[in-house]
Amino acid sequence: MSDRKPYLELKRISKRYGGVAALTDVDFSVYPGEIQAVLGENGAGKSTLIKIASGVTDPTEGEVFIEGRPVRFKSPTEAMRAGVVCVFQELSLLPEMTVADNLSIVDPPKWLGLIDAKGQRERARALLKRVGCEDVHPLELVRDLPLSRRQMVEIAKALGRDPRILILDEATSALTADDVERVYGIIRELKKSGVGILYVSHRMREIEALADTATVFRNGRKIETFTKGARSVDAIIEMMIGREVTHQYPPKPEPSTDRPVALAAANLAWGREIQDVTFNLRKGEIVGLGGLDGQGQRELLLALFGVLKGVSGTVAVDGKPISLDGPRQAMHAPLPMALIPEDRKTEGLMLPMSVRDNMTLAALPQLLGRFGIDADKENAAVQVMVDRLRVKTPDLEAPVSALSGGNQQKVVLAKWLMTAPGIILLNDPTRGIDVGTKQEIYRLMRELANQGAAILFYSTDYAELIGCCDRVLVVYDGRIRRELAGETLTERNLLQSALNIDASEQAA
Amino acid sequence: MSNWRYWFAHNAGVLTAVVLFAAMFTLYISNHSAGLTPAVATTAANKAVLLALVAMAQTLPVLTRGLDLSVGMVFVMANCIASVIVVGTVGEGLLGIVAVLLIGALAGFINGAIVVWGRLQPIITTLATGAVYYGISLFVRPGPGGDVQSDIADLLTGQVFGVVPAALVVLFVVVLVVWIPYRRSVLGRAAYAVGSNEQAAYMSGVPVQKAKLLAYTLAGVLASIAGLMLTFNTYSGEASAPIAGTYTLNSIAAVVIGGTSLFGGWGSAIGSIFGAFVLRTIEDLLFVFDLPPLWQPLFQGVVLLLAVSLGAFRILRVRNRLELFS
Repeated sequence: MSDRKPYLELKRISKRYGGVAALTDVDFSVYPGEIQAVLGENGAGKSTLIKIASGVTDPTEGEVFIEGRPVRFKSPTEAMRAGVVCVFQELSLLPEMTVADNLSIVDPPKWLGLIDAKGQRERARALLKRVGCEDVHPLELVRDLPLSRRQMVEIAKALGRDPRILILDEATSALTADDVERVYGIIRELKKSGVGILYVSHRMREIEALADTATVFRNGRKIETFTKGARSVDAIIEMMIGREVTHQYPPKPEPSTDRPVALAAANLAWGREIQDVTFNLRKGEIVGLGGLDGQGQRELLLALFGVLKGVSGTVAVDGKPISLDGPRQAMHAPLPMALIPEDRKTEGLMLPMSVRDNMTLAALPQLLGRFGIDADKENAAVQVMVDRLRVKTPDLEAPVSALSGGNQQKVVLAKWLMTAPGIILLNDPTRGIDVGTKQEIYRLMRELANQGAAILFYSTDYAELIGCCDRVLVVYDGRIRRELAGETLTERNLLQSALNIDASEQAA
Repeated sequence: MSNWRYWFAHNAGVLTAVVLFAAMFTLYISNHSAGLTPAVATTAANKAVLLALVAMAQTLPVLTRGLDLSVGMVFVMANCIASVIVVGTVGEGLLGIVAVLLIGALAGFINGAIVVWGRLQPIITTLATGAVYYGISLFVRPGPGGDVQSDIADLLTGQVFGVVPAALVVLFVVVLVVWIPYRRSVLGRAAYAVGSNEQAAYMSGVPVQKAKLLAYTLAGVLASIAGLMLTFNTYSGEASAPIAGTYTLNSIAAVVIGGTSLFGGWGSAIGSIFGAFVLRTIEDLLFVFDLPPLWQPLFQGVVLLLAVSLGAFRILRVRNRLELFS
């Protein structure tokens, strides 16, 4: 290895978004013909690394080298020209165009300066054959393909660009087992022809099957690069967790199973994302949804709130079955439901509207007076919430967009607390907010639970799940794989079940 | 074999417009006292081709998920300028035509430049520039008039071989020389990509900015071709605000009837041509059935609503209700 030169090299790379460091002082390189796995928890800095390598963002500090020459990619196009091609997790296909169009989007075969439709079709057929997707017709529209086929088309598109470095970011997450084998085959073939592969995956099994070397990231720092087999799975997990400062969490009550069930879900299913999910949520209980990002936790919350169409299975609230027809119906369930959405800017707040208007939006029917909305009642209710949640705002009339992220999130919480919900669904509510506000939210959650609310809490932060939840349901591939509570609720168990490693494998 | 199936699926919107037009036009001709004579066809074509060209112009920004509210004004501006400079000998007239096309291209380029580099919304940009272009029209031709080169005008609004309406030939040539090469060029493809999903297009290395610039510029060119044809029909120019406004709105209607999605990334200028023909034929139908012309807006509205409803079926397939709002 030492006699060869790396094709792609990052030196002393740092990236900050606002005040938050996503990557700190990272040295990283990929050699031709090497398959390198990149490991780390959610938010460890893996995706930032990929974005920098593939020209999507600029590093704040540090330099990128291609074959020893310094480069500065201004766009993904430039990175592709330099041979760095990425298969993104969020698909980069154009849904309204045909497969053939997508595969040749940048450099289509031409005839007299115009796109040669027939040549393009043949090129598409050849590329599809290479990834074993002969069943996909080149003239099919991408939007009509199932997700697993789209992902294969995405891989075919990357191959069509003759990569020197191919980056696969969770590229197999939506694939069937057969396709995964095929992708392995393609990767090994590319390796033989000297292509360097950067492989980001949460699946330990894949990494063991494929990788030559692996690099672990944690909190934006590179921890170690090692050759396969040099570290046990145990040691790798230890590296990924690290020992970090823990937050202060409010004390948990004694576990109790005799409290009444607030919400009972049975055999819920929706596409690939939710598969046969059954669980109970009791009054006064905080139940966590754990697991890796994107295993169906969000969809589960959306399904319970009635946002998804065609969910099968049954949901009973306070013992009475409810239909999942939409947020309005969920708000009027026997125990009113509330969902704190994941993206407060798009799904939670009307940014240009005032703090007051945002807070009372869901509870307006209770604030009606004789002539429409009663201003006194409204102001009083808002003031109660502002005091209770300690929202820092210059004025109740100030637009929400003027508030800090943490205070914006408090406004979203206040909006739903005004509806006096009996069941609260939280979708990663502490993402991107400061430590102080986080602790206030933890305290508030426990307070609400003690008053009898049932809380279902999805978080990508494992420490938070352990600190806040009475029990945690670990989701993998749309199924609940394991329930952790009390003594078993540890970071190690959480990560192991999130990676879907069972005890026997770990011993091996 | 299965290639045909896909071709059919891709062009369903266009085919619907073609069938609708064919049915309406057959109805019109079979009730016309003279039947389908070259004179009847030429009159119909001269009117329809104007809207068809403006609708083609509108199609390009719409494909990139934009909108051009200035097409009607560029159309009128080209008419006014042409009535001043397409005069004199045939040679001078041809030079004038080239100049009008360049002015149209410039007007479109300005729209595109503001949208791309100014990052303003297309609707508001073209609302403002449209007012400017109409202002220029008034400046050039405060009152109706002009003395247009009549040899060119007669040639392009008469009949070829005494049978085929020349305006249709002009439209055909525009399709052949502008639309088809555009559709098959990398930048034309890029326009569809931008309209389909701008982020993904950027991530795939598609030339996003160039594609938008070209779409608006070509829209200006096509609108000015329409303006020239209007000039040849009337032998004069007129800075008419009602004409500019009506053509802008009807161009959007024609685009939609022709199966192009206002959300971008889907459709074709061919569809818009037939959409324009459909709108035009409504007027003719009212005429042959002796109905008051005042009914025309009502019928146009009904046809437009029906056409838009056809595109609404996708909503039935949405699985995540949040997608209804995106």
